[in-house]
Amino acid sequence: MTSDPTNPPPSPPPARTRAADASPWNWLLVLPIVIPLLTPLYNRKTPIFLGFPAFYWMQLSFVLIGVAATSIVYQMTKRRD
Amino acid sequence: MSPKLSDHVVEMVIFVTLFVLVSGMGFAAARWRRPESMHHLDEWGLGGRKFGTWITWFLLGGDLYTAYTFVAVPALVFSTGAMGFFAVPYTILIYPMAFLVLVRMWSVSYKHGYVTPADFVRGRFGSPTLALLVALTGIVATMPYIALQLVGIQAVLKAMGVNGHLPLVVAFIILAVYTYNSGLRAPALIAFVKDTLIYLVIIVAVIVIPYKLGGWDVIFGSAEKALSATNPKTGAPKGSLLLNANNQLQYVTLALGSALALFLYPHSLTSVLAAKNRNTIKRNMSALPAYSFLLGLIALLGYMALAASKDFGVAPIVTDGKADGNTIVPVLFDKLFPDWFAGVAFAAIGIGALVPAAIMSIAAANLFSRNIYKEYINRDATPRQQATASKIASLVVKIGAVAFILFIDPQFAIDLQLIGGVLILQTLPAVALGLYTRWFHPWALISGLVAGLAVGIGMLYQIPNPNNGKLHFGGSAYKLSEFGFDSEKQIYVGFVAVIVNLLVVIIVTAVLRQTSAPAMTDDATSQDDYFVDRATDDAPPPAAAAEPIGLAGP
Repeated sequence: MTSDPTNPPPSPPPARTRAADASPWNWLLVLPIVIPLLTPLYNRKTPIFLGFPAFYWMQLSFVLIGVAATSIVYQMTKRRD
Repeated sequence: MSPKLSDHVVEMVIFVTLFVLVSGMGFAAARWRRPESMHHLDEWGLGGRKFGTWITWFLLGGDLYTAYTFVAVPALVFSTGAMGFFAVPYTILIYPMAFLVLVRMWSVSYKHGYVTPADFVRGRFGSPTLALLVALTGIVATMPYIALQLVGIQAVLKAMGVNGHLPLVVAFIILAVYTYNSGLRAPALIAFVKDTLIYLVIIVAVIVIPYKLGGWDVIFGSAEKALSATNPKTGAPKGSLLLNANNQLQYVTLALGSALALFLYPHSLTSVLAAKNRNTIKRNMSALPAYSFLLGLIALLGYMALAASKDFGVAPIVTDGKADGNTIVPVLFDKLFPDWFAGVAFAAIGIGALVPAAIMSIAAANLFSRNIYKEYINRDATPRQQATASKIASLVVKIGAVAFILFIDPQFAIDLQLIGGVLILQTLPAVALGLYTRWFHPWALISGLVAGLAVGIGMLYQIPNPNNGKLHFGGSAYKLSEFGFDSEKQIYVGFVAVIVNLLVVIIVTAVLRQTSAPAMTDDATSQDDYFVDRATDDAPPPAAAAEPIGLAGP
């Protein structure tokens, strides 16, 4: 990393080994990214739920996985300052 | 049997009333959370960078889920079945994917006063050429998207028996004037009305229409039957309720590629940068999927239209011998809702076009004023001059969009938007990966961008569409057999192009580092800039947009 010679930062930041937003909780975000991409999981007609073939109700329910994962990661990694 | 206006008087009255009402709001928005001066891009173009969680939710929702989405996604489900449902996984995986990336973009932009993605690239990589290419790609990708919003309004007008271009022109003149006047505050305020109406209409639709048609099982049953009919042009079934062996890869790569592209669009970043702090963005990544659920229900309107074709006579409107698939949702509402509620539904779609069109034109205008006007035309431009350049550019952009629809076939706008998605995806290495690493050499990023654009356009050119007899730019699904694979499987063009782009970036960077080429390691940002947050709700941004965005010196 280089710094701007014409405009040096007031105090050099302490050396970091990890980014300031790194957290093991972030791995939870992988679930709602990967699950909707696994077509063999939901590309089927049964079980039918409220008249919806599995293909449709399952993908709609993945919305909840996305909401849950982002909410948990947000709550667990909130800066306490 | 095209619709007649005389049969749609009630709908028209409600549509026009609501339209006039929100236009008034658009003008009044200039006084909402009134700034000391509108003559600054942070105010006109970003609403003061002060929007909280709720406003951001409505603004981003109104921005990302456009009127065109609302008519085109069900139209795709109507004509092909399961493939059209890609919009659901696409809009689910976008938020966890963007969760960490967007807060970085917000922080570094807040710290340095960046207004556009190209501003960031300029500061991060110190290359005006790369920034210019990113800005041009953004403008070219956004323009047809604005034009498509007109296609959304047009579909509604057609369903009410209004043909001709005058109403479209009037609508866009009103839009252009209040955007010029109020900047980003106008769509932010109108988004409240737009989204409330859309939620209302869709909730009513998914209760009333299945009730009238005999239930969801009947809807899916008749849709399956209708889709299994043979398409005379291809000799294969029109579609099916499930994916088949050949389009699963296309489904997945299209969902993933579209998700990667969404927040690279300049207008998405405009709404993100207008948020007041990091937590506002993070909360929205949890709250925006409400719209994705809604979009899934909207997609199913396509099946409702298939199921309603026999008993209610729902079919695309035919003008001049050409069936317009985008009219299917407006026609469905027209046939199954009472007149007054159909009017509300039409207004929801019409107003739904205004919000994204305004934000897109602001975003394109900011790219012009920041990365072309300030960089190449008037280097000493004051904040006031930049704001004026943006305001005028936003008018030009909208005139261009109207001209597109008036003088060129709207189909051309649809093709260009398809291309636009592939193009904007090519800014991924510089804009998104650039937030994480400065390893890439600017020349390598330029090479990758150019290679990705070339591969993407080249592949799209080769794709025919048997349905309308087009030989080129007929879709985004590329057959693997064209690569020489013994397979009928298909893949999304943008995905292939961005992989090529990335490979070029990596290889060229590695090669340049071994040679005597200038290192070009200028970086105006420091590692901590990516985590800066607003100290208190009222704290002013540390950098005004007036500051030079690159490094000082020759």
